[in-house]
Amino acid sequence: MAADRSRHLLLPVRTGTIVASFVVALVLNFLPWPDVKLAPDFVALTLAFWCVHQPRRVGLGTGWLLGLLVDAGNGVLLGQHALAYSALAFGALALSRRILWFDTWGQALHVLLLLEGAKAVALGVRLAAGDAFPGWTLFAGPAVGALLWPAVVWLLLLPQRRPPALDEPRAR
Amino acid sequence: MEHTPPPFFVRGPAPLVRLAFFGSLSLALLVLDARFGYAEGIRSVLTLAAYPIQQAARLPVALVEGVSEYFSSQTRLRSENEMLRAKLLDASLDAERYEAAAAETTNLRRLIGAAERIERKSIPAEVLYAGRDPYARKVIINRGTQHGVQAGSAVVDDSGVIGQLTRAHAFVSEVTLLTDKGQPTPVQVLRNGLRAIAFGGGSSGQLELRYMSGNADVENGDELVTSGIDGTYPPGLPVATVIRVERDSSYTFARVVAQPIAGVERGRYALVLSPGARLPDYPEDESTRKAARSKRARKATTDGR
Repeated sequence: MAADRSRHLLLPVRTGTIVASFVVALVLNFLPWPDVKLAPDFVALTLAFWCVHQPRRVGLGTGWLLGLLVDAGNGVLLGQHALAYSALAFGALALSRRILWFDTWGQALHVLLLLEGAKAVALGVRLAAGDAFPGWTLFAGPAVGALLWPAVVWLLLLPQRRPPALDEPRAR
Repeated sequence: MEHTPPPFFVRGPAPLVRLAFFGSLSLALLVLDARFGYAEGIRSVLTLAAYPIQQAARLPVALVEGVSEYFSSQTRLRSENEMLRAKLLDASLDAERYEAAAAETTNLRRLIGAAERIERKSIPAEVLYAGRDPYARKVIINRGTQHGVQAGSAVVDDSGVIGQLTRAHAFVSEVTLLTDKGQPTPVQVLRNGLRAIAFGGGSSGQLELRYMSGNADVENGDELVTSGIDGTYPPGLPVATVIRVERDSSYTFARVVAQPIAGVERGRYALVLSPGARLPDYPEDESTRKAARSKRARKATTDGR
């Protein structure tokens, strides 16, 4: 309920915030990670956040375009991430009403499911294209991503928070 | 009677419809890219769009490196400088010897009438980041078609081959490392000239010589160099050292595992060697030649009639 209550206090989101968050997520994704399997997919995480919190503004189209960008930047098959992110956005949209009723760790569990699903879609694409299975550590990255969910929520809702002096929150 | 939501609740097409739309769009792109390779135009545009983001992702790394370099001690720099000086002396000696040998080889080649080996252009490059793809072993380097590199070039570092440039974009290129599962490298054993093909071993970071007969003359510690017979790699570049040979009479082939010599998974700087002269096409095999001959014969008879 906590998340739902805080929602009433939020300012409307600016498009600039959404765009900037995606750019930062892409930069984080392109950082030279020592182990790509363990690195969380920040773009997927940010996409899941906006699909849950702003289902009218961010959806499958955004996910698809971002996926294409990630595909090209990483030099993988065009459409692999596009398909995975579309599926992720669909799942996040479908769950958006439900997720917001949970506290952040409950939300993180839902997000874990979404991220693992997106990873599984990408895995399916690669297996169909004739690549070998790279090992189960592949599914560790989404778990790390889900652990980051509370931090992502806090950070991305920051620009929408009102200054505390204007609106004192009720006592718990 | 069907209930329809008031207009301010309408969210455009149903999510399931959108999923079907974008899903089929992705699948179409995947098939175009994987099966037919028609998506290169779209890819180059998208890569150009991703380029500034990739550059931005390099900034923090460059910053950390700059700071650590700034604080690196004087003594370490001096010792490194001395070491490099010694290395340079050694290398310049080698270079002189190489030039003499190259001149001699050209003369000899001219004498026997063989084609002169063309000088390869080399372009220094920096590894931007490892491809974020756990299925493949690729790195992205900061040189593209704008700098004159082209797909198919060999990529080496100071100790040997690290891979092949498989896709050149405008400002960056993708290099498939030796250790990638789908990356064959034509090699030969330095000791006896035995030719072989080294395939990447994937995540093990090693190479495997496939199709080596059980009694092939390969030993532990043998050095493998590029054979150069494909025209892609210049001959004689160090590739790997054999670390394990398993011969089992129940299998037709020996299992030969080799460790790459160059810093395939760790180096920061690399050299892109432009491909050499185009080799003549592979001779046609007997069946296609026969077919062509009979077609020609048929054509001759119809013309004569």
